[in-house]
Amino acid sequence: MTASLEFSTYLFHYAPIVVFIAIAAAFGVGTLVLSYVVHPRIFSSEKLSAYECGSEPISDARMPFPVRYYIIAMLFVIFDVELVFLYPWAVAFDKIGLFGLIEMIIFIALFVAGYAYAWRKGALEWD
Amino acid sequence: MNFSWIQLVAIAPEIVLTIGACALLLFDLVIPRDQKDKLGYFAVGILIVACYGSWKLANVEADVFFGMFTLDPYATYFKMLVYLAGALTILLSMTYLEIEKIHLGEYYGFVLLSTAGMMVMVSAGDLIMVYLGLELLSISLYTMAGFKRSESRSIEASAKYLILGSFSSAILLYGISILYGIAGTTNLKALGTFFAANPLDNPGLLVSMGFLVVGFGFKVAAVPFHMWTPDVYEGSPTPVTAFMSVAPKAASFAVFLRVFAEALGGLKPHWQPILVTVAVATMILGNVVAIVQTNIKRMLAYSSIAHAGYALIGIIVGGGLGTMSLMLYLMIYALMNLGAFGVVILLRKGGMRGEEISDFTGLAKKNPVAAVIMLIFMFSLAGIPPTAGFVAKFYLFMGAVEAGMVWLAVVGVLLSAVSAYYYLRVVMVMYMREPSGDFDLATSPATSLALVITTIAVLFLGLYPAPLIDATKAAILQIP
Repeated sequence: MTASLEFSTYLFHYAPIVVFIAIAAAFGVGTLVLSYVVHPRIFSSEKLSAYECGSEPISDARMPFPVRYYIIAMLFVIFDVELVFLYPWAVAFDKIGLFGLIEMIIFIALFVAGYAYAWRKGALEWD
Repeated sequence: MNFSWIQLVAIAPEIVLTIGACALLLFDLVIPRDQKDKLGYFAVGILIVACYGSWKLANVEADVFFGMFTLDPYATYFKMLVYLAGALTILLSMTYLEIEKIHLGEYYGFVLLSTAGMMVMVSAGDLIMVYLGLELLSISLYTMAGFKRSESRSIEASAKYLILGSFSSAILLYGISILYGIAGTTNLKALGTFFAANPLDNPGLLVSMGFLVVGFGFKVAAVPFHMWTPDVYEGSPTPVTAFMSVAPKAASFAVFLRVFAEALGGLKPHWQPILVTVAVATMILGNVVAIVQTNIKRMLAYSSIAHAGYALIGIIVGGGLGTMSLMLYLMIYALMNLGAFGVVILLRKGGMRGEEISDFTGLAKKNPVAAVIMLIFMFSLAGIPPTAGFVAKFYLFMGAVEAGMVWLAVVGVLLSAVSAYYYLRVVMVMYMREPSGDFDLATSPATSLALVITTIAVLFLGLYPAPLIDATKAAILQIP
């Protein structure tokens, strides 16, 4: 009997969370409903077209595109991250000394391994 | 510079695995396609070297890298488990990959990298490291699940696992961030001290614990976070399924226990009811739904859900006995489940993969050895003595009884009886029916070696579990 009493007491601690979820849900639904009720309905062709940073959208964005773009983007990120690490290292080089040099050699070695792998696998060729 | 090189010794096994994986990828570039099994043996060699390193560090207890990385016997025990699971998986994979024409060197690289991720997880002294290890593991697993690129089921498994896995990781991170907001630290030991001194006075803490349960519950496939398991297990290449069902599960349970016992130990009365509910639901759903499965991989997926439910009892009980029984259970479960999947990998009928339970029909007549091995693993999974599965379940349920939760043990035992139905159905099909066609088992020295190791281990530990029990007792997680 005591066990079940304790159980319900502990469950009661969850009451604030339930209240919070209820308020959060009410807020979300409430703002949507409110904006739907009060917003002015003026449509123009500019307003209805997809937002494209000023250039005219030529077709739907959901179209298949070559997976090569994806590989190039991935390689770009790798080089990018390398630079992000190299730059602060170069700035602080005189403070971290030999330790930093060895760390960076390890980092570059790992990086080169990935680069050699990608190269050999033909990730850098367009066709 | 506050750094001593001696700290690197503590993570030497992880370094060996990472460098090994990179070297393996480079070797892959120069090794011709028909000799990729050399890479498999190379990967096993790397695992053995790392295992030797962990063996040398077995008795070391140290917090290095500002408490980020904890080396203790508990972590080392689980590292041994993941080395074993990784090596057995590689041995089981080589012939399968060859036959399915997906023998690529990257596969072994991913096994090594995911193993490194699991090692970081079990050694994590900080929630950030938990997350880092978990992601290294998960990203490797997402790729491995989709390794059969030509098969849509495999792609589906990979995509499903990726989307749901990232979602659960995000929830886990959310939980971690709330914990950090409350306690001001992500270090597990510091969190433990904080919550021992400050009782629960913040409903946000309950949310955070709930999120952690969701995150870890997903990784160990506990109900109601199990939805991905059957589809992913069915679609993935069988050796990957075998690996996924044991090693990440064991590592996730290791972290689960470490986080909840070490960091949130002071709040045990609050998280215990959640875990009891999850454990009971997991055991019931896993065992009941497994009954109606016709695909053996799906059946083993639901069986692995049920086993996660049993293992949760170890975390619920906690303390010395709970920890010990969980460690014992996960090791034995790894051996018997890898073995059972090993026979599934072996089974081919008329050049096709045997994935339906009906494909086992009459195996005993045509190949008695394979049938006996499968019988042993099915008995062990059902928990029938004298196999190791009995010992594993015995300690878990004994822990529940000693902790005063007799009803939980009763539920577990009753559902084990239910599980006997679907395990023994496989045995029945193998022994009591006439074979309908020819079997051409995909045997090879490597596969046979893996099956021999698991079979002997399951029988030996069933008859004489003392060495493993002593090992777990020596490695119990010490909570200050």
